[in-house]
Amino acid sequence: MNTDAKPLAIHDLTVAYQDKPVLWDIDLSVPSGVLAAIVGPNGAGKSTLIKATLGLMPIAAGTIQMFGQTYAKARQMVGYVPQRSSVDWDFPTNALDVVLMGTYGQLGWIKRPSKADREWALHCLEQVAMADFAQRQISQLSGGQQQRVFLARALAQRAQLYLMDEPFVGVDAVTERAIISLLQQLRSDGKTVICVHHDLDSAPEYFDWVALLNVRMIAAGPMKTTWTPENISQTYGGRTQNLIRGAA
Amino acid sequence: MSSTFAIILTGILVAAACASLGCFLILRRMAMLADAISHAILPGLVAGYFIAQGPSLLAGFFGAALAGLITVGLVELLKNTQRVGGESAIGIVFPAMFALGTFLVSKYYADVHLDADAVLYGNIEFVGFDHWYLGETDLGPQSLWIMGGLCLINFIFITVFYKELKLATFDAGLAATLGFSPILIHYGLMAVVSITTVGAFTAVGAILVVALMIVPAATAYLLTDRLPWMIGLAIGAGAIAAVLGFGLAFMLNGSVAGAIATITGVEFGLALLFSPKQGLVARARRLARQRIQFAADTLLVHLLQHEGSPEAANESTISHLQSELQWNNKFAQRVLDLAQRRSLVRCQGQQLELTTSGRERSQQVLQLGRA
Repeated sequence: MNTDAKPLAIHDLTVAYQDKPVLWDIDLSVPSGVLAAIVGPNGAGKSTLIKATLGLMPIAAGTIQMFGQTYAKARQMVGYVPQRSSVDWDFPTNALDVVLMGTYGQLGWIKRPSKADREWALHCLEQVAMADFAQRQISQLSGGQQQRVFLARALAQRAQLYLMDEPFVGVDAVTERAIISLLQQLRSDGKTVICVHHDLDSAPEYFDWVALLNVRMIAAGPMKTTWTPENISQTYGGRTQNLIRGAA
Repeated sequence: MSSTFAIILTGILVAAACASLGCFLILRRMAMLADAISHAILPGLVAGYFIAQGPSLLAGFFGAALAGLITVGLVELLKNTQRVGGESAIGIVFPAMFALGTFLVSKYYADVHLDADAVLYGNIEFVGFDHWYLGETDLGPQSLWIMGGLCLINFIFITVFYKELKLATFDAGLAATLGFSPILIHYGLMAVVSITTVGAFTAVGAILVVALMIVPAATAYLLTDRLPWMIGLAIGAGAIAAVLGFGLAFMLNGSVAGAIATITGVEFGLALLFSPKQGLVARARRLARQRIQFAADTLLVHLLQHEGSPEAANESTISHLQSELQWNNKFAQRVLDLAQRRSLVRCQGQQLELTTSGRERSQQVLQLGRA
């Protein structure tokens, strides 16, 4: 592992549905140890950016590197929290088992999780204050609890970089505070966290780094210098204009 | 080995092989795909027959597995065009494959054993007569060996790839990011479903394979919320259906395969009604209990509203519950019983009043209503 390399470096990334660009020539370089938000209006390509980064979506052009390597090689260092609505919560399993899935990547094919993996998964549940719900069937958890189980699963991946798709959607205020303090904990442990975030009010309070996205990358950098009214209005107000320019 | 025993054992093995895979089909919401594969393997069987110049088990298996995978592939392709929705794609591909098979049978093999009845309904009644021989030694009924082998293959497949199957079924996105190709797992599962269908359909026929693959698994899904239990219960439900189905067919002198499949339907119906957590009866009782509980809370709030006011004497009588709250006598009595049993309300003749804990509870209820 190249310790100097950026946790995430995206260069000239374009993702398109047929001839419609969803992401247009994105350059993004996220430094180590930040809590970063990807902010932009609906349809700006925020989730697409995360999915393309993780190889869940074909890219039309560009390169993506994590810690100086391709994702296929850096897999073990990257944790992923998908949108909660992306899975079927009626699946017959309990919270602990879902968290245990986070260890599967290190196990590889066929090998089963050991007792130590189980204890580690339980420890991860403790970190999101969900240890009491370890044996609970997942459909019987509230939305906030399900989100915390997803976070615990990402923790179980023992990653250096975490990519999270809207972790605050549909959770109660208590869970939101619990999640943000966990993310801050991760940052102080030297990890890098990147979240898709849609709430403009809380963004500057929660995050210290921001990427303003609307099909193209409008601005990216430390929150203090990047979170300016001009940048925000360009991201949100200039949307149609960007699309027209992008398509031209 | 008696022929009766061979039939029952074959039925149990077919049920076990089918039901275990069926659990993953149910969870992946692909019940219809089993239906499609069971029909679409027919041209593959014919192709196998053609290549081997006669009935060959191995050629049949390969042909059918290939036809199964082609069906799955065509369905995926058709879905990806985004011109046809998921279920419709299945509905378009499998009749075409089945029709092709039927046409080939009628054109080239009209005079041989590969007839439509055998394909549709199977002939489990005759499994006892078709033995395998090694030289002079009688190895026993052929279908027992085939189904035993398939059970073993499925058991090994599910045990070895349990973790991968579970992950790819629950969260295909995470599976992909962790390096477990969900597409590979999908096609692997479909390959095993295809060969199981071929093996099973010689015994129970193409239509009933679907019953044994889907219905016991759906029954088990209603009874448990743990995947290992679901697989075990599905196999159990299938095996019980095989035994009871045989008994039923024997008593009524009807089709064994038909009776087995009918029993799987009955099992599902019973589970749907009486499953302890998800059954309709349990749900109705839960709703009724909630209704009484809510009514008791309503009563508490009502008593609290009028407590200490001049009209309290009038508002807080038992007869008032019927006339003003519009509760019938029986319902009012049940609500009152519940409230008294929990010592939330005291009854002084016709007069009702809140106890201390009743007052606390009613205040809590009001708080909750506001939040």
